[in-house]
Amino acid sequence: MPAVAETIETVQSVQEGGYKWGFETDIEMEFAPKGLNEDIVRFISKKKNEPEWLLEWRLKAFALWRKMEEPRWAAVSFPPIDYQDAHYYAAPKQKAAPKSLDEVDPELLRTYEKLGIPLREQERLQGIAVDAVFDSVSVATTFKDRLEKEGIIFCSISEAVQSHPELVREYLGSVVPQADNFFAALNSAVFTDGSFVYIPKGVRCPMELSTYFRINAKSTGQFERTLIIADAGSYVSYLEGCTAPMRDENQLHAAVVELIALDDATIKYSTVQNWYPGDAEGRGGIYNFVTKRGACRGARSKISWTQVETGSAITWKYPSCILQGDDSVGEFYSVAITNNRQQADTGTKMFHIGRNTRSTIVSKGISAGRGQNTYRGLVKISPKATGARNFTQCDSLLIGDQCGAHTVPYIENRCLSAKVEHEATTSRIAEDQLFYCRQRGLSEEEAVGLIVNGFCREVLKELPMEFAVEAQKLLAISLEGSVG
Amino acid sequence: MNAMTTGAAAFLGRYEGLRAHLPGGRTDWVAALRADAAAQFRAQGLPGRQVEAWRYTDLSPIAALGFTEALTLAEERLSLPAARAPWRAVFVDGRFAAGLSSLPPGLSARSLAAELDAARGLLGALAEPTPMVALNTMLFEDGLFLEVPPGLDAGVMELLSIATHAERPIAFHPRHLIRLGAGARLTLIETSLGPAAATYLHNPVFEIAVAEGASLTHVRLQREGRAGFQLATVLAAVEAGATYDNFTLNAGGRLVRNEIHAALRGPKAACHMNGAQLVADGQHADTTTFLDHAAPDCASRQTYKTVLAGRSRGVFQGKILVRQAAQRTDGYQMNQALLLSEEAEIDAKPQLEIYADDVKCSHGATVGALDEAQLFYLRARGIPAATARSMLVEAFLTEAVEGVRDEAARAALDEAVAGWWEREAA
Repeated sequence: MPAVAETIETVQSVQEGGYKWGFETDIEMEFAPKGLNEDIVRFISKKKNEPEWLLEWRLKAFALWRKMEEPRWAAVSFPPIDYQDAHYYAAPKQKAAPKSLDEVDPELLRTYEKLGIPLREQERLQGIAVDAVFDSVSVATTFKDRLEKEGIIFCSISEAVQSHPELVREYLGSVVPQADNFFAALNSAVFTDGSFVYIPKGVRCPMELSTYFRINAKSTGQFERTLIIADAGSYVSYLEGCTAPMRDENQLHAAVVELIALDDATIKYSTVQNWYPGDAEGRGGIYNFVTKRGACRGARSKISWTQVETGSAITWKYPSCILQGDDSVGEFYSVAITNNRQQADTGTKMFHIGRNTRSTIVSKGISAGRGQNTYRGLVKISPKATGARNFTQCDSLLIGDQCGAHTVPYIENRCLSAKVEHEATTSRIAEDQLFYCRQRGLSEEEAVGLIVNGFCREVLKELPMEFAVEAQKLLAISLEGSVG
Repeated sequence: MNAMTTGAAAFLGRYEGLRAHLPGGRTDWVAALRADAAAQFRAQGLPGRQVEAWRYTDLSPIAALGFTEALTLAEERLSLPAARAPWRAVFVDGRFAAGLSSLPPGLSARSLAAELDAARGLLGALAEPTPMVALNTMLFEDGLFLEVPPGLDAGVMELLSIATHAERPIAFHPRHLIRLGAGARLTLIETSLGPAAATYLHNPVFEIAVAEGASLTHVRLQREGRAGFQLATVLAAVEAGATYDNFTLNAGGRLVRNEIHAALRGPKAACHMNGAQLVADGQHADTTTFLDHAAPDCASRQTYKTVLAGRSRGVFQGKILVRQAAQRTDGYQMNQALLLSEEAEIDAKPQLEIYADDVKCSHGATVGALDEAQLFYLRARGIPAATARSMLVEAFLTEAVEGVRDEAARAALDEAVAGWWEREAA
């Protein structure tokens, strides 16, 4: 049998058993009643003991959301979502906020251990500060003391609302306004938690900061909100990971991430997205409808997005950069895999506003099974962005003849001295590459794994070390049976 | 009512008033075709910017003008450009001008209006449900109906479309049917011209069928008057082993769109689409292509170049669709824009939509200004700045233009490019 035919056969035989994060933790939970209305928004705000201005802000978002329609332009299809049939607040029952990990419910700690995020060991050994978000709330943040010494604020956003309201009020919604889009408006109304990071002037964050998102409860959505502010001359690298139990129902994850980089600041934001993708027939899985955007407000600032999207039934996300500061830099590195019936419509937007702004886009899409994978991106150059420069490369790899790979880049240039280059290719794994590997004793799966990893190398090398290893494993698992 | 609805209503009003008098107005099948198109146009209207296919081209200047149909044929006052081929079909304000035309014997070339019954089953067979095609179907008055018999090499033929001066803005919607039998060959050089100051809308639709093993070279030189509008749609069906080559020069007009839909329907069909857009101050030029790979082993090549001067806007949208059956497709598309002015804008949207795995598809897009280093190099060798710039612009266009092999077509093209450059450089 030719190697490729074998690969295709194994793709078809792939079982959902590959998803090993699909367990559910049995823990006492507190839910808001199902449904979405002003009272629920008030309920969430009250639960979080929020100031009046934030409640008003949420209510305004809710009023806007009610007038908006779900976007339908992406190349994804799904049955209508009943926004009334979900709990908008779900939290593990816990007494007062834990002061240290010793006070965190051991069942929760065990959950994170099982997920490969041992909060305790992470604290002692790995030197990564973690904010763990379980359903609607942040359950633990490690390394706080160490970070506080540097003046770094790293906590859940609920906590930041209490402890640093001036910062939250100044920056919340300043990059993704409430009315930005349907899902961002929904998030603005009902967000329950997320991470907050502030890096003071001139500080280089001494460790990677990380948030681990876990959807656990049934019939819930997760609406987290992340806000990262890097003050002048600072640097931070932030990692985000996520998983969810295996269920037949579709769960909505509508997050908003806002990044703000002031003069000479750098934010590196890495995501390994591994939400439950649904089974081979497309039952269940997370709808990952996320708005991520960073503003390079300061001169010479830099925002770099790296994402490895392996999970979710549907992914709809476009991490973007608004390059306002002169000489600011935006980057987007992405690997998106769709297998079985997964659908991904993802890409980026680069808005060049300041002079000599530069952006780089590298996107690698891999489609297998009946997966549909779309790169959708925009590079927009305003008349004032003299000397702006963009380079975009989108490559798609098809494994099997039932999947689809699509590329939709938009280029809008109004500046004479700007230079924009875009290239895209689509191909499959070449027979000769496979033959060459197999001839040297690699199995079919190893060979395809090697080729896929090579195909993604430009993106994977952008990930921080700890994540790069995890991402490589995930690539293999996502295409398990199919390719690696 | 906004401008777009008013604009659409004006066209629908013309249809209601004229329909009994339009060609085929009393023939059932034609009347039914027009009525369907009118219903579709009524539903869609003139597309606004919110319609994805029209996000970069704003038709409100067209909507704002109340176009009427052309009233008279003033053939005797027209001075025609020198012929480029032995045979020529001339259309004045969208109507066939028999006295100005010389049609080749041996193939069937005639006025569509005069031979409408022969077009039954052919007319509308390839129509895509776009608003501009619906508008054309609803109001077409004439067109070239050309059939090349199987196996015949018909050489070169010219299609000339001329707009005349009118007191009021006029609109014409010619419908051209070009059909090549199996193994036939033809080069069609099409030129559109109009007076500098006349306001008119030229909305031609081409339905092109290229049968097995046939080859059609279609060169379109769009040199409408600077106050004119052209919204052209080319619909081409290419069968097994056949070739359709399209080259379009967009140089005239105030707002123009060159939209091409080509379907490769049989194995080993090929399509080449090339074009140059020369866009000067006050102009808007749009090229939109859709290449549908529906059969295995087909190849397509696209190269488009846009040069923008003054306050102008250029648009390129190009989609390649590879259906699941179209294994071993080889698709390539390149679009490049050269900006010569700080007030110019270019918008590009190349697009790949692929459902087959054994394919080789790529697209590329670049946008930039003239390279200072190249200019410096030329000037250091004693070449004056203006000449150096013109050399670099010419070099930029070469890749798209060199595909035009027919001598007559190439001469016409070179002349148009040189004329544009002289005006712009001045």
